[in-house]
Amino acid sequence: MFCLRCKDLIVGYGVHPVSSALSFEVEQGDYLCIVGENGAGKSTLVQTLLGLLPAISGTIEFGEGFEPSHIGYLPQQTALQKDFPAIVTEVVLSGFQNRIGWRPFYSRREKLVARKNMVRLGIESLAKKCYRQLSGGQQQRTLLCRALCAGDRMLLLDEPTASLDPQATESLYELIRRLNREGMTIVMVTHDLFGARAEAKHFLRLGKTPCFGTADQLLRGGE
Amino acid sequence: MEEGVFQTLGQYLAFPFVQNALVAGTLIALCASLLGVPLVLRRFSYIGDGLSHVAFSVMAVAAIFGLSNNMFLVLPATIICAVLLLHGGEKRKIKGDAAIAMLAVGSLAVGYLLLSKFSPSANFSGDVCGTLFGSTSILTLSKTDVILCVALSVVVLLAFVFFYNRIFALTFDETFAQASGVRTGFFNLLLAVLIAVVIVLAMNLVGALLISAFVIFPVLSAMAICKSFLSVTITSACLSVFCAVTGMLISILAGTPVGSTIVAMNIAVFLVFRLIGFFCAEKKL
Repeated sequence: MFCLRCKDLIVGYGVHPVSSALSFEVEQGDYLCIVGENGAGKSTLVQTLLGLLPAISGTIEFGEGFEPSHIGYLPQQTALQKDFPAIVTEVVLSGFQNRIGWRPFYSRREKLVARKNMVRLGIESLAKKCYRQLSGGQQQRTLLCRALCAGDRMLLLDEPTASLDPQATESLYELIRRLNREGMTIVMVTHDLFGARAEAKHFLRLGKTPCFGTADQLLRGGE
Repeated sequence: MEEGVFQTLGQYLAFPFVQNALVAGTLIALCASLLGVPLVLRRFSYIGDGLSHVAFSVMAVAAIFGLSNNMFLVLPATIICAVLLLHGGEKRKIKGDAAIAMLAVGSLAVGYLLLSKFSPSANFSGDVCGTLFGSTSILTLSKTDVILCVALSVVVLLAFVFFYNRIFALTFDETFAQASGVRTGFFNLLLAVLIAVVIVLAMNLVGALLISAFVIFPVLSAMAICKSFLSVTITSACLSVFCAVTGMLISILAGTPVGSTIVAMNIAVFLVFRLIGFFCAEKKL
């Protein structure tokens, strides 16, 4: 069963297209890697999938029972987060922004779910720690936990390993792999083609001739 | 000696205009420090300064036309500038700091130019100095001014409490907040309007050049020792109120200018908190 299907999708800003026509499908429990050169439209595609940018043409279709609010988003870190005074719990809880509607505060149930997700990612001991004092890997886990609170069926990760050392990268991949095995659908944008090949079930390569398929198909197509 | 001080203070506090000043000053300090938290963290520290220069320029225009109550001209003009500065976020041609600096210097120059050419009063330099550094005007607040202060502070406080979690999400990660369906445009607008209102009110208290201190110092002091967003917010509000009250009392007793005394208090508190933060960090290592 698919949960996300794009047909002849062209993304871009205003009338300026950034990508060629893209057609791909993400199934429940899938692990899709989106790769491509700088400027190939990876970030633009992510923003379009999230509904922050209108598509220039083509369609984005969600599967039955699947809604955009099921997507948890992990954006790239920004410079101003580096010295931001916030404890891990506060950051994780902010993942429920899409659920709270007009309520000013988070409910008890949401706090419980946040707690569970922290345990799931092994960061419960950091709950009261200040975000700016964490290592890069711990910060990324915190943001991943926030994404888990935001969407419980699909994670959309935008270059999650961009600023991590090899060890932290490996353990983050392992964590994502585990979440995937537990049934979470993963869509990951990455530069790290080598690392991604070991991870993903499907690939989407952006560029002049975009292609979509398994790792083998992609390699054969590229030759 | 001590008794003498308290006696003098007691005498002063009996005057309604001193009470008015204390109430208004405390509330303005509270609002400025609350709004200061998201502004400082989003690298908009200088916005207070820029907007107050705009307000100065508009006041100059109002003075030339001989408007007695310039609030109705100054407030909308400042709000419009605040909206222009905060709106559009990261996608503008002139980036935040440059836009603010441009607006600040430009409006200061134009305001001074206009006043020097068309000033209606004889004491031109006194007027300018008063507007820039705050004069005794905090002691001449009318009843309406105080009521306006109270009403606006209530609005700011309610908005801050009600939208606290959204403000956090927006400040920490604007992209994520937007993807979560937070109407970032609306909240940026709200923030811009509130800060403009607070700044126009604060001009009466500390003058155009010193307002930034109200927005920045309490937040930075709190950030020196606090770890969570909530504790930074609460601490900075408490510090700001403390500095405003003690600063005003000292200025009454010592006969110093109100604005600079409060800012001096803020600087002292900031240094103390930095020291505490420094030693706490040393211990942990």
